Amino acid sequence: MSQDVDHYLTTDGLDSDREKEIGQTIGYRYDVNLVPDMDRCTPYLKEYMEKMNWKDLNWLEDIHMGYEEENAAVFDRNINGWVTIPDTIKLPDNQQDRDMIARELLLKFQMSENHPMVQLREAYAKF
Amino acid sequence: MATVSKSSQSHDMGLHTEKLTNRTQQMFFDAGESANLTYAWAPEVDTNKVGTLDCEGMDPTAINIRIRELMAEGCGTINLSNPGSMHGLCVGILSRLQLNITGSLGYFGCGLIDGPNVHISGRVGWSCGENMMAGTIMIEKNAGSTFGAAIRGGDLVCRGSVGSRTGIDQKGGTIIVGGQTGAFTGFMMQRGRMIILGDAGMNLGDSMYDGTIYVGGKIEGLGVDAVPADLNDLDRKWLKSKLDLYGMEAPNGIDNMQKIVAGKQLWNYDNLEPSEKKLVL
Repeated sequence: MSQDVDHYLTTDGLDSDREKEIGQTIGYRYDVNLVPDMDRCTPYLKEYMEKMNWKDLNWLEDIHMGYEEENAAVFDRNINGWVTIPDTIKLPDNQQDRDMIARELLLKFQMSENHPMVQLREAYAKF
Repeated sequence: MATVSKSSQSHDMGLHTEKLTNRTQQMFFDAGESANLTYAWAPEVDTNKVGTLDCEGMDPTAINIRIRELMAEGCGTINLSNPGSMHGLCVGILSRLQLNITGSLGYFGCGLIDGPNVHISGRVGWSCGENMMAGTIMIEKNAGSTFGAAIRGGDLVCRGSVGSRTGIDQKGGTIIVGGQTGAFTGFMMQRGRMIILGDAGMNLGDSMYDGTIYVGGKIEGLGVDAVPADLNDLDRKWLKSKLDLYGMEAPNGIDNMQKIVAGKQLWNYDNLEPSEKKLVL
């Protein structure tokens, strides 16, 4: 995305003629088609890739930093909800680095023993 | 017939900006807590511990249960033989594993997986990798129709050719086809990436909502709302890296690949319906 990375935090996001016509921001509030720049991968993500025996980010290629109620956040498909990026984390000035932070945070959340999926599995897992 | 100006159309209908909202989960989680690298409930496996599974005389349920038992015993590598093109094999594997399959799979092989790396020496039937969440699947020969249906993440690779409706309803991940793909590839695709090194059949990307399709050969025809776009440097870098990963090459070079994306004219069509009715009536 070539526009300002804070665009969706500071405007209503109605940019294209199409969006103005239908009165809605179109879909996601970030560029879902932005492919990752592996040169910006964090040490934790590299460690995860090595553990999984993957040479690239695999499913994390689809993870981007989005915005939930004007807060930076990342969407967790396993709970169908947003995980808010803590205020203590300073947002970089480019989408690629923001996406890497989102990937790392989501991964830590999903692998945590406090993730809701742990309790859901205990209650509903069949095998 | 009433006239509605384009700029005020949505406001006249009472529509307004809709923001994506959902329930945040920050109360469950502290970003500073210890960082695991696998799911908390995943079995601890060692890739150097190898298990073998001969499927001769077994039914699919027994085979899938046996795979889980081997993982629970700590096997991080499983060599599976004689799958006999049975349907629904190797499904629902939700943690890391190296799974080597000698032979071919039937319908819905390796569906619903989340993490394993799978190598299949033969062919696969319909809907291989359906609803795949993460991991890699490499198929050495051809695949049937609806290859990677509703895939959400990971890499699904077929060195040969695949049938029609490849990546139907794709929601993420990467599908790579070394040969040709049939009609309606990328039908209702919503997200993710598809790399077709050979030719693509008619109605490529029909009704796609988002995502990207790269084609190295000829395209018989584009579907509704699928439009060409320009390759950028990041695309080229990513394509090279991804193809190198699986030892594959674009027959005419990456620079000559075609990029197809959504025209986004079908988005939020339900909200336009009232205005269209108004104009018609």
